[in-house]
Amino acid sequence: MLDFPRWKIWAVSLTVAAGILFAIPSLIAGTALAERWPAWLPSAKISLGLDLSGGSQLLLEADSADASKQRLAAMEDSVTTELRRAQPRIEVGDISTTGGRLTFMVRDPTKVDAAVEKLRTLTQPVGLTGNRDWEVTVVDSTRIMLTPTPSGSARALKDAMTVARDVVRRRIDPQGTKEVTVINQGLRRILVQVPGVEDPEALKRLIGQTARLEFKLVDLTADPQQVLEGRAPAGSQVLPLADGTGAMAVRRRVMVSGDQLVDARQDFDQDGQPVVSIKFNTSGARRFGRVTQENVNKPFAIILDEKILSAPNINEPILGGQAQISGNFTVETANQLAISLASGKLPVKLNVIEERTVGPELGKDSIQKGTIASIVATLAVILFMLVTYGRFGVYATAGLVVNALMILGILAIFGSALTLPGIAGFVLTIGAAVDANVLINERIREEQRRGRKILDAIETGYKEASTAIFDANITNVIAAALMYYFGSGPIQGFAVVLMIGIVTSVFTAVNFSRMLVAIWIKRKRPRVLHI
Amino acid sequence: MKLLKLVPDNTNLDFMAWRNVALILSIIATVASLTMVGVLGLNLGVDFVGGQMIRTTFAQPIDVDQLRSRVSSLGVGDAAIQESGGPTTYQIRLPKPEGGEAAANRAASRVRGMIEQSYAGARVDAVETVSGKVSEELALDGALAITLAMLGIAVYIWFRFEWQFGVGALVTLFHDVSMIFGFFAVTQLQVDLNIVAAFLAIVGYSLNDTVVIYDRIRENLRKFRKMGIIPLLNLALNETLSRTIVTSLSIMLALTMLLIFGPDVIFGLTLAILLGTFIGTYSSIYISAPMLIWLGLKPDSFLQVDERNVPGGQEA
Repeated sequence: MLDFPRWKIWAVSLTVAAGILFAIPSLIAGTALAERWPAWLPSAKISLGLDLSGGSQLLLEADSADASKQRLAAMEDSVTTELRRAQPRIEVGDISTTGGRLTFMVRDPTKVDAAVEKLRTLTQPVGLTGNRDWEVTVVDSTRIMLTPTPSGSARALKDAMTVARDVVRRRIDPQGTKEVTVINQGLRRILVQVPGVEDPEALKRLIGQTARLEFKLVDLTADPQQVLEGRAPAGSQVLPLADGTGAMAVRRRVMVSGDQLVDARQDFDQDGQPVVSIKFNTSGARRFGRVTQENVNKPFAIILDEKILSAPNINEPILGGQAQISGNFTVETANQLAISLASGKLPVKLNVIEERTVGPELGKDSIQKGTIASIVATLAVILFMLVTYGRFGVYATAGLVVNALMILGILAIFGSALTLPGIAGFVLTIGAAVDANVLINERIREEQRRGRKILDAIETGYKEASTAIFDANITNVIAAALMYYFGSGPIQGFAVVLMIGIVTSVFTAVNFSRMLVAIWIKRKRPRVLHI
Repeated sequence: MKLLKLVPDNTNLDFMAWRNVALILSIIATVASLTMVGVLGLNLGVDFVGGQMIRTTFAQPIDVDQLRSRVSSLGVGDAAIQESGGPTTYQIRLPKPEGGEAAANRAASRVRGMIEQSYAGARVDAVETVSGKVSEELALDGALAITLAMLGIAVYIWFRFEWQFGVGALVTLFHDVSMIFGFFAVTQLQVDLNIVAAFLAIVGYSLNDTVVIYDRIRENLRKFRKMGIIPLLNLALNETLSRTIVTSLSIMLALTMLLIFGPDVIFGLTLAILLGTFIGTYSSIYISAPMLIWLGLKPDSFLQVDERNVPGGQEA
């Protein structure tokens, strides 16, 4: 047990040195020393959780009703396009998306089979299950019904959540320079953390908008009375005005959609009103040009998230692929819409189901008090060890200090955030870290009382204490692992510190402190042992 | 140098003589704790019941009644106001607003605006909004984590030792966790997510002592096969007593420093772990060890089965 070959001394010393080295950048952060720290040495600092750094955290959840609605709308779009493109053209009507499925009538009953054949190409098999993402059935011999399958919806949701995560990230951090965290959580949630933001309202407005932009022709044939009652002619739909002053009938068919945008910026029109300038990609520009050409002197509606922003008249064909969206904006709302449009539409509406904001002062306060408490706690435990175990207390203390530094170093390496409960975990670990040393030292005392010689007592002490050290720490690992698995942010921070602390405290007790003991015994060959 | 010896060498305390008294006391305390939880209830934070919490630090002591009436005049529902951490730090709790997300935003920003306007130098430290759905999940996850930690540790100990030890550990954990619940019921300290972390830490560290004592009992069972179970447990407890005291004191020392000097927000968490360490030390001596007697652990429990069956073996 006390036989420490040279390589082992090196291995332990290097591990300890590395741990300390990684801890230093976090310790000297903000002081003059930090600038003199050589660049070739590790520079990763411990990142702080939101409860310490201050900032906002939002938990977003996909609105499943909206997800299936958007998916149906997209399917409707592809179906009508596909059948219109068919040779010969297949005319359909009476499209309905009620009841979560898409049904429509094929006008020419002889073309039903051809239509079904066409639609098969639109549906795709899901994974290896053999199921398709939509089920195509014919009812009453002329109606075709597309029903989303559960596996298809599940995959669509998964894809949508991945896209939504990227869209959210682009909206919050268009330049990609901020330290924001945007991650998927579970099947239908996204966790957003933005340090430093104290008022999350602007954040929520950015994320709250689906930003589905569509241009549709206004249906001038609609009877205003019927529109008021919410009824529109075949092939049209009634949509509310964004300012809440009424509704308007528009053609169901989308002229151009926001998917074909390449750019959106906040701008001003000739009257100095804030607007959003948009630019289409080549195919979007071509389509926009053609439709405006065919519909000069007719109004078209600019629709955002199912609400009509404005319905200007097409005075002349718009050929350059550039357009302006007006609609009672302030500079701020125009800017937000521009960011939302440029980042793409959210494939699903997201609701905020949890929100936490911490002011920066509270975090600073907590760090300061936490640091003081950690130092005082460490000193108290050191003093206690010294008066209890004398020389062996010095070794335990050395182990304790190394342990504390290694915890900080490992936190910095892994980049896991230190949270407020994490500070409590750190102090708890400091108190508990000496346990392995206590177990060993008490055992040595005992073995000595039983009449063993010094070397023998130390040897036996280490050997006999090791099973207790192992089993006692496993219980903590079990608790910490469950804490990590079930916990959210701050608790996970606590669990991480505990787990790292368990590993480092066992390492320092059975390797580092023991090595110091071994070196001392080899050099001094003591004949009495004060412990 | 004279070293501090909290526990004299070669103690020979008859711990087990008091086991029945301790058992009765523990049962009373456990039942009382659970009754308190039933009668007084727990002061659950927004994490577990949903709603909004606004934490504010004022520049000087304020009139709470005035603050209460100011908040209620905003029409944001029944507000609960309580001191939190320091004399100038308050928590304003608002119920879940009826009108969904938008209403929640309005309520929080109204309170925020009122505070900034009416109290010079006040700062809003934190705003938390938790929907009913999330709070239900968090409560469920917390309960699940604590239960699984208790069972997981008990199963581990069963595998490493014998079934009696596993059951003993589980009973000990149940005892400790009940006490802490009782503590939160009596003090009405807020139970939030952080407290779940405290419970899990207690579950881990309470058993730390127990495992060390069990380890020594196992060792002695193998060493002294002819010793009766009661003297054997006493021996193990006496042998590990010094270590139990030193480690527990060291943990409590560190946590006391955190309690005094540390951040206010984790006061409840720290106090709970501190108390848990104390209770855990008691229960590892007076619950974990005597449980083995009550569960019928025999001095030959750790002998190999074949060894036990051989006629004329050591125990015969």
